[in-house]
Amino acid sequence: MSENRSEIEPRPPMTAAPYAREAHVALPLVLLGAVLVALVSLPFWGDGSLQRTALEFFYFLALAQAWNLMAGYAGMMSIGQQAFVGIGAYSLVVFAEDLGLNPFLTIPLAAVVAMILALPSSWLLFRLKGAYFAVATWVIAETVRLAVNANIDWLGGGRGRTVRSLGQFDRHLREDLGYYAGLALALIAVFGVFFLLRSKTGLALQAIRDTENGARAVGVETRRTKRIVYLFAAAIAGATGALIYIVQINVRPDAAFSINWAAYVIFIVVIGGIGTIEGPILGTILFFVLRDLLEGLEAWSMLIFGLIAIVMMLFAPKGIWGVMNAHRPVPLFRTARKLPARFKADEGEA
Amino acid sequence: MIAISTALNGILLGGLYALYGLGLSLTFGIMRTVNLAHGDVIVLATYLSLLTTQILGFTPLMSLVVLVPVMFCIGYGLQRLVLNRTLKDGMMPAVIITFGLSFVIQNGLLLGFSADRQVLRQGAVETMGVTLAPGLTLGLFPILTLGVLLVLIFALQAFMGRTLLGRAFRATSDDPNTAELMGIDGRKIYGLAMGLAFAIIAVTGVIMGIRSNFSPFDGPARLIFAFEVIIIGGMGSIYGVLAGGLILGLAQTIGGAISPTYFQLAGHLATLGILAVRPSGLFPETIEKG
Repeated sequence: MSENRSEIEPRPPMTAAPYAREAHVALPLVLLGAVLVALVSLPFWGDGSLQRTALEFFYFLALAQAWNLMAGYAGMMSIGQQAFVGIGAYSLVVFAEDLGLNPFLTIPLAAVVAMILALPSSWLLFRLKGAYFAVATWVIAETVRLAVNANIDWLGGGRGRTVRSLGQFDRHLREDLGYYAGLALALIAVFGVFFLLRSKTGLALQAIRDTENGARAVGVETRRTKRIVYLFAAAIAGATGALIYIVQINVRPDAAFSINWAAYVIFIVVIGGIGTIEGPILGTILFFVLRDLLEGLEAWSMLIFGLIAIVMMLFAPKGIWGVMNAHRPVPLFRTARKLPARFKADEGEA
Repeated sequence: MIAISTALNGILLGGLYALYGLGLSLTFGIMRTVNLAHGDVIVLATYLSLLTTQILGFTPLMSLVVLVPVMFCIGYGLQRLVLNRTLKDGMMPAVIITFGLSFVIQNGLLLGFSADRQVLRQGAVETMGVTLAPGLTLGLFPILTLGVLLVLIFALQAFMGRTLLGRAFRATSDDPNTAELMGIDGRKIYGLAMGLAFAIIAVTGVIMGIRSNFSPFDGPARLIFAFEVIIIGGMGSIYGVLAGGLILGLAQTIGGAISPTYFQLAGHLATLGILAVRPSGLFPETIEKG
């Protein structure tokens, strides 16, 4: 007991840099710089099809990061993010077509709209846990889809609507603007998650991931933290929805609210590695490679995606990134905190 | 008269929905996880019945003799060989695995049977009607469906309440660790529960196939109906399934009577409404553990 009491005496102040900082901090920075230069300059050296693939890569990456933050950190298994993709898409229609705003300006507006609509749905959803939460997110997405489908006069019903005002842009200008908007969105998603995880909320989140009841016991406001994450993920999905349909132009409810948005994103995060920032990045790359390999196989490719997800969950639940880091971890994004020295007293390998 | 007919048809439709929910309620009550491939497994059972009728020349209802044991084994195998491996990691692996399975079943059926809509032919019973009053005729088969549902519900309730195995099921549901200490093998119980759920699904699938045509991608909608039945009725409650099915069926038929586009929407809104006022459903039995 006397030892414990001495612990309570003056503590060393929290260090300014609580993150595990080791020798190879330069590697991630150099890597990141090189990737950024390549991506920013891509429209100048890449051809149109590469640019379009890269844009698609950006929006899958943004969706995957947002979903991973929800499922991997906050324990909210959603299979209903397509609700916000669709809401983003229809925000584009309403703002750009009905109100005459610049279509690219609608991307942040779509994020705001998605966030506003996510709030009431969080009141319903947060009454449910686990697998029930998952299916309920889907029911909400279906409800929104059917409501849009029934709205023939305003939103075009099942046939949807076309964003004609995009015709004011030259095709190349539209593709370049879309590309940079996509790049910005992906960066916001990746670094938004990164800085969120390094903030106080992030510490709370990682505590919730490890043990929710334990986190609540030490005073973490789990509900508030989860709501922040849910709204953030909705905003990202909403912005992504607007961006996707700036490229695709025709907005139909069955496509915009398709469960496939959720399915691909879950697949990406599961193969990459759930609960890490690197996982969804690696997962998106692997998804594009696999999709390319399986091109033209239609039903077989979806079947194989399903099988891979099952096998990964059984034999490598932490994904490929988890397998790569099993022995010698090389984190590119440092979000794990270093244990303060005073907790290491008995070398319990905590 | 239209109002009475709408209400009665809603109740009969609810019988089918309660059947969808019954298997899901059983597995949720015991394993506390949702099989996201539930709807696809129903459709799989329908296709297996179709296959049996084509190969052996059985009628769809006769095919149940083969189908019920086969589906029981598939469910038992799925739980013991796949899902039981992930029990200690919480509910997320099971959710993702069954979500993956859903895509495997849908696309496997698409490859095996094409996207054409099919139907199970049982014969005259499909189209027979019962006239209660002039202008009020109900389908015979939907009435039979409701009968099958009631028989299954009473049988399941009796099994859970009166038999030793049923008691083991309930014990495992309440507290798997303590049940284990009493000599109950939880993994085996989970396997049997999934097998039983799949056997019920076999019956559900055949009835669905006789009542309406079907295609490989009909599963997800069935899962959502099944889930809504449980949300409305209350988690883990067998009688709640009956209430949930009837309310969902009524909501849909009433919505559909107002405008055909409101058919499904009304069901979803009823579910979300119940969720807002009574988050654990009307007759909850299992308590969600933190």
